[in-house]
Amino acid sequence: MRPRLGSPLAWIYLAAMFTFILLPVITLVVFSFQDGRLPVPPFKGATLDWYAKVLSDRAMMEALGNSLLVAALSAFVSLLLGFLAASGLARVLLPGSVLMRGLLIAPMTVSYLIIALGLLQMFNQIGLRPSLLATGIGHVVINLPLCFAIIYAAIGAHQRNALRAARDLGAAEWQVLLYVAAPMLAPSLAAAYFLAFTFSWDEFIIAFLLTRFDVTLPVEIWSMLRSGLSPETNAVGSLVFLVSVLIVVTLELSIFRKARK
Amino acid sequence: MSLERQEKRHGAALVAPALLWAVAFFVLPFAAMVAMSTAKMVGREIVPGPDFGNYIRIFTEPPLTRAIFVSLEITAIVTILSVLLAWPLAWIIATRVPAKWQRLALLLAVLPFWTSYVVRSYSWALVLGEKGIVMNTLVGLHILSEPVQIMATRTATVIGFTHFFVMLLTLTIYSNLVQLSPNYARAAEDLGASRWQVIRLVILPLTLPGVVTGAFLTFVLCIGDYITPQILGGNNELTLPQLIMLQLGRRGDYPMASALSVVLMAMVTLAYAGCARWLKMDRV
Repeated sequence: MRPRLGSPLAWIYLAAMFTFILLPVITLVVFSFQDGRLPVPPFKGATLDWYAKVLSDRAMMEALGNSLLVAALSAFVSLLLGFLAASGLARVLLPGSVLMRGLLIAPMTVSYLIIALGLLQMFNQIGLRPSLLATGIGHVVINLPLCFAIIYAAIGAHQRNALRAARDLGAAEWQVLLYVAAPMLAPSLAAAYFLAFTFSWDEFIIAFLLTRFDVTLPVEIWSMLRSGLSPETNAVGSLVFLVSVLIVVTLELSIFRKARK
Repeated sequence: MSLERQEKRHGAALVAPALLWAVAFFVLPFAAMVAMSTAKMVGREIVPGPDFGNYIRIFTEPPLTRAIFVSLEITAIVTILSVLLAWPLAWIIATRVPAKWQRLALLLAVLPFWTSYVVRSYSWALVLGEKGIVMNTLVGLHILSEPVQIMATRTATVIGFTHFFVMLLTLTIYSNLVQLSPNYARAAEDLGASRWQVIRLVILPLTLPGVVTGAFLTFVLCIGDYITPQILGGNNELTLPQLIMLQLGRRGDYPMASALSVVLMAMVTLAYAGCARWLKMDRV
């Protein structure tokens, strides 16, 4: 189809949708600099006070640390389990392969709330208290399908042949995985890790139900919301947004660009 | 032959940890929840069943049944609205924006997708509030004489949800559109189709897989979400997840919360069965 740049309707629509999509985020960031107690118009001038307040808030910084810890570890476990499962299922036709794939992917189609509620009840019964560990386990449940699907999709005929060649030449199982499979799949492994990290970092309902004293950042922000609108919440939100955007832009510029080549 | 058997043993050993994890922390908890849904609350005690009283109550007591309909209504409105808004956006980005700007346009169009879910709902509360930027502008331009209450209504929930899912659907529809060969449109034009006919009769049907995948994800994520209705919609009209959280919080009624979750799960499964033939979950 010939590009028809001149259609004004299309550009008006584009502008309207971009406004709709970006308006809340822009408002969030702009009013995080508000020199006043309420993050609503009129804008009374810029200050960094709210950021200073957030950065000196101990509960918030602890929650931030907890979130980073849970995200880093749960993404790693998801990646490891997903990588092993994908390499196993991609190379031999096991009896029940389809069923296994189905079971591994299944949590993707279940609401996080249901996963959280099930885990909460089971942990109650076996006596595991709500904690960061419990939350981390839940995050692996939701991220394992994602990691598995990404890595499984990346193993094509070429990769399969290389793995077989390595084994035929006498490489041990761990050598095949570490020296052949992992480097060959590096872009997908990185993409899977960062996506899992972002999802865990943002996740609310599982963390809300499965933590009590040590909470993650989204849960801490949630408890902040109860005191109403405040530029401080804007400042935290802007920081969280900044971290996510940095991750996505890094991914876009490095891994996905390379993967497309 | 023995080599092949060894291969299979190694393959099984590699899959085993992930499968064990899925069974221990996904299948078992789910089974425990189904069992719990047939228990009963007597006073503050949970009495094991099987007892189907919870399910009977869900479908006979109006406040409980109401939540199911509220959830279904909101999800239906959001899904339809998001598809209607996202399709033209994806199409404009794919066909009108010059190729070298497309990645940037797409990245911008889904940028807030990556904000924390809680923060995104909060920022809509900021925008839609009585003193927020929307009311401020509308009153300032004398379009409205005084602010209209949007927060704590269904409208706020729908706006917050639609914002999120327009981004999701733009992604799925865009990736569908750019895979289409331009020859289809050219052939249709050569055969005398008008521009509108090309879109309606050729392009639109070809993007159905992207639309259905996105709509299904919208359905699943929207119907199971607690944050958006809680922050934007408030407590005037409860959705199913809000009702589930209410059972947990105020009363500690695990059996009822579990039964409601099983109903939620069943609705998602029905939706999946409904669009399974267009879905290629492996590729998502």
